[in-house]
Amino acid sequence: MAKIDAEEMKPRSWLFRMWDSDVAYSFRTSPVALIAGLVSLIVVLAAVLAPWIAPYNPYDPSQLNLMDGFTPPMEPNAFTGNVFWLGTDNQGRDVFSTILYGARISLFVGVMAVLFAMVLGITLGLIAGWRGGWIDSLLMRIADVQLSFPSILIALLIFGVARGFIPPALRETMAIWVLIVAIGLSDWVQYARVVRGATMVEKSKEYVQAARVIGAHPFKILARHILPNVMGPVLVIATIGLALAIIAEATLSFLGVGVPPTQPSLGTLIRIGQQYLFSGEWWILLFPAVTLLALALSVNLLGDWLRDALNPRLR
Amino acid sequence: MAEPLLSVRDLIVEFPTRRGTLRAIDRVSFDLKEGEVLGMVGESGAGKSITGAAIIGLIEPPGRIAGGEIWLRGERIDNLPMEKLRRIRGKRIGMVFQDPLTSLNPLYTVADQLIETIRTHLPISEKEARQRAVALLDRVGIPAAARRIDDYPHHFSGGMRQRVVIALALCAEPELVIADEPTTALDVSVQAQIIDVLKEICAERGAAVMLITHDMGVIAETADRVAVLYAGRLAEIGPVRDVIKQAEHPYTAGLMGSIPTLTQTSDRLVQIPGSMPRLNAIPQGCAFNPRCTRVFNRCRVERPDPIDRGDGRQVACWLHDPAEVRNG
Amino acid sequence: MLAFIIRRIVQSALVMLVVAAVSFSLFRFVGDPISSMVGQEATMADRAALREALGLNDPFLVQFARFIGNAVQGDFGISYRLQQPVMELILSRLPATLELALISGIIAFVLGVSLGVYTALNRRGWLSSGIMTVSLIGVSLPTFLIGVLLIWVFAVELQWLPSFGRGEVVWLGDWWRTGLLTESGRRSIILPAITLGLYQMTLIMRLVRAEMLEVLRTDYIKFARARGLSNRAVHFGHALKNTLVPVITITGLQLGSIIAFAIITETVFQWPGVGALFIRSVQFVDVPVMAAYLMLIALIFVIINLIVDLLYYVVDPRLRVDRANARH
Repeated sequence: MAKIDAEEMKPRSWLFRMWDSDVAYSFRTSPVALIAGLVSLIVVLAAVLAPWIAPYNPYDPSQLNLMDGFTPPMEPNAFTGNVFWLGTDNQGRDVFSTILYGARISLFVGVMAVLFAMVLGITLGLIAGWRGGWIDSLLMRIADVQLSFPSILIALLIFGVARGFIPPALRETMAIWVLIVAIGLSDWVQYARVVRGATMVEKSKEYVQAARVIGAHPFKILARHILPNVMGPVLVIATIGLALAIIAEATLSFLGVGVPPTQPSLGTLIRIGQQYLFSGEWWILLFPAVTLLALALSVNLLGDWLRDALNPRLR
Repeated sequence: MAEPLLSVRDLIVEFPTRRGTLRAIDRVSFDLKEGEVLGMVGESGAGKSITGAAIIGLIEPPGRIAGGEIWLRGERIDNLPMEKLRRIRGKRIGMVFQDPLTSLNPLYTVADQLIETIRTHLPISEKEARQRAVALLDRVGIPAAARRIDDYPHHFSGGMRQRVVIALALCAEPELVIADEPTTALDVSVQAQIIDVLKEICAERGAAVMLITHDMGVIAETADRVAVLYAGRLAEIGPVRDVIKQAEHPYTAGLMGSIPTLTQTSDRLVQIPGSMPRLNAIPQGCAFNPRCTRVFNRCRVERPDPIDRGDGRQVACWLHDPAEVRNG
Repeated sequence: MLAFIIRRIVQSALVMLVVAAVSFSLFRFVGDPISSMVGQEATMADRAALREALGLNDPFLVQFARFIGNAVQGDFGISYRLQQPVMELILSRLPATLELALISGIIAFVLGVSLGVYTALNRRGWLSSGIMTVSLIGVSLPTFLIGVLLIWVFAVELQWLPSFGRGEVVWLGDWWRTGLLTESGRRSIILPAITLGLYQMTLIMRLVRAEMLEVLRTDYIKFARARGLSNRAVHFGHALKNTLVPVITITGLQLGSIIAFAIITETVFQWPGVGALFIRSVQFVDVPVMAAYLMLIALIFVIINLIVDLLYYVVDPRLRVDRANARH
């Protein structure tokens, strides 16, 4: 008995504690989580390192040869004899390279939109939970109304409205930022709800009152105590939110209302590929589609796994 | 002695977890005679409710009965196929749960739930079942039963709902009723009424009762015999009067010392130091040894099995081993 | 009951008012409505006259009131892009969208509920795991990609089904053109309906599964089992009914989503509905169409919400009587 206690008391490195935690255990023993983690990592790395690992820069006109167009994967081009792993598109761009650059844009928009939604949601949640009263009811009413609409529709509407307000000359250059804001705005509600709930619970606790007595601004202390508590749920929401944001971006770009054609994301590539489906150039569609699917699915699986791991009751 | 109604022999219930298998019930044996009221006491986590669930065959997976036997009137029921066991539930063994607010399906009227249960077990018509249900509700003390029967559960107060639950447990005339903390969730003012109803109606129908509770007061008033569980093991079992008058197991003694009484004047209640071990850290030997005031070496090494004292009492404590008694 | 309905209707009206304000500000502040209506050669005087005639110099609230007045009568002006009355455009395309949404909704609900119940009841079976994995792919697959892949397989490779359009349509009454009555129309709706319904189906399925698992853990289900009810009665009589209460809400709301997601499906399959119209109008900043679509979608959502609330009220008896009236 006493021996065991001594064993348990021994201080351990944080690395070991992390390895030994339930979440890490669940990750190590879940093949789904391992594969999803690996796939996400590969796609993210490939996207981040695109300028260094892509064999061509598909958006550098000097590297393009129209004669290379429509080359099937792994086959030499009929005119130039060049071989491309995943073939080329109508303009002779290397599909593999366009995918790397496209994933980069997809991920950029997705991550930025999630960060934007997270910051906005957490801030509004803290304010709503802390102030209560009419601010709280107003924010929560807005949240309710927004939640009853699918987020992709919200993003589409915000994007459409914003496009209307932006002068035509700036539409192209600002499109990507408008897109980020639109997707972010469509997805803040869940963060706000979680944080608001936690804030309302903590607000009434004695240490907050005590902080008020000693003159510290309780809001700061509150934030410091609440944020660690809601880290788990926020992380889950953010992970699943990333998958949703990537899908939303791809959808909008596919519909032709997302990123400008000069900065094609995976969605744009799929839109282009679809046009060549009937004429038999399947690779222009298939490879970007598979990449998008792998990315969205693995991030989604990670989020799913994370939710189960942090909330064992649901398993 | 006549064959007991219920006989539990060396029951073991285990819950596998990733940190090893936990034994929630460890070799528990006891009998229940016809028409008898057996109280089962212990702290939370001692295994009272799990024993009840094991008897009725409703242990939540991944938990499972890992050993032992359960006999109902000479028929072994712990290894019956699901379908046969289902026919025993409700028909031969009724069950009353702790929280009447959540035991009833909110979307069905009381009549729906009673008639459904009666007709599952008895071959009678809807109309007869309804008459029976009304009579039963009347018997458990629900005023204007014929009218109230068509109400939904949320129309009833907690105490009234528990009466409905008792009616549901008894509607197919079971031989045994397992009542798992039937009054814990209720107002103090109605607890006694519910216990009275339960006791009366079971006595009237000759049903035996296994009353699971941590309230020694209820046991003292209601039960014929009492079984004390500690960390999944049986500490002591015997007639209520005798156990209360003179507890033989140090744990039971401590438990009795913690009941306030009006006649006894003492400044403070006795309390047992420490707390019950978690299931993954049960000490070697007697589970109670770290808290026991009369512990000696053997207790830390060897686990005591219940020792039959011949007067209808069994005590799992080395102090009562004839060999120790002779020596010490 | 009446108070409840009135409260909901007032809330709905408020939501509509907010949406109307957004639509109106679109009209008012996006670009200059005058320049979109007159040619380059129009003089300043012409423009000023038109501005006055259109009431653009009136106070904000007056203009807003006029906008709402017109909107209530279905007048949203003329499309910048197509030079046709907006309401006429939308009405001529609405039947296509509604037919598509209806068929998808039925597919999603029927399959979603049955698969959800199956996977909840056979939680550890291999088929359930298979369905769950596929469903996760379904959730992760963007709708447009499902559509594109279906076209590839069934239209391009196998050439079984058409890849775009509604097929042959026939008039049904004065303004409803349906594709459901012709062979080619029915063949044409298969792929879009599956595309649109798949995502909702997986959502409903996962929701039903989660809710059902939650319900299966409740006390009243345990009690239902303890009463010896058959598995069928417990699962379909008790668990499913309780599961469906929240599911109905979400599913109802999904109906609105289906109409919204139709934007994507209609674009992929060149389905001549309001969604495709809206996408074109976003691309061309065709404000009157955008504003009208916004109001239309909001109206549909508000009506669906209202119906779902009422349905909820019918299914759950707890909501029917105020708690305050509960008899004790």
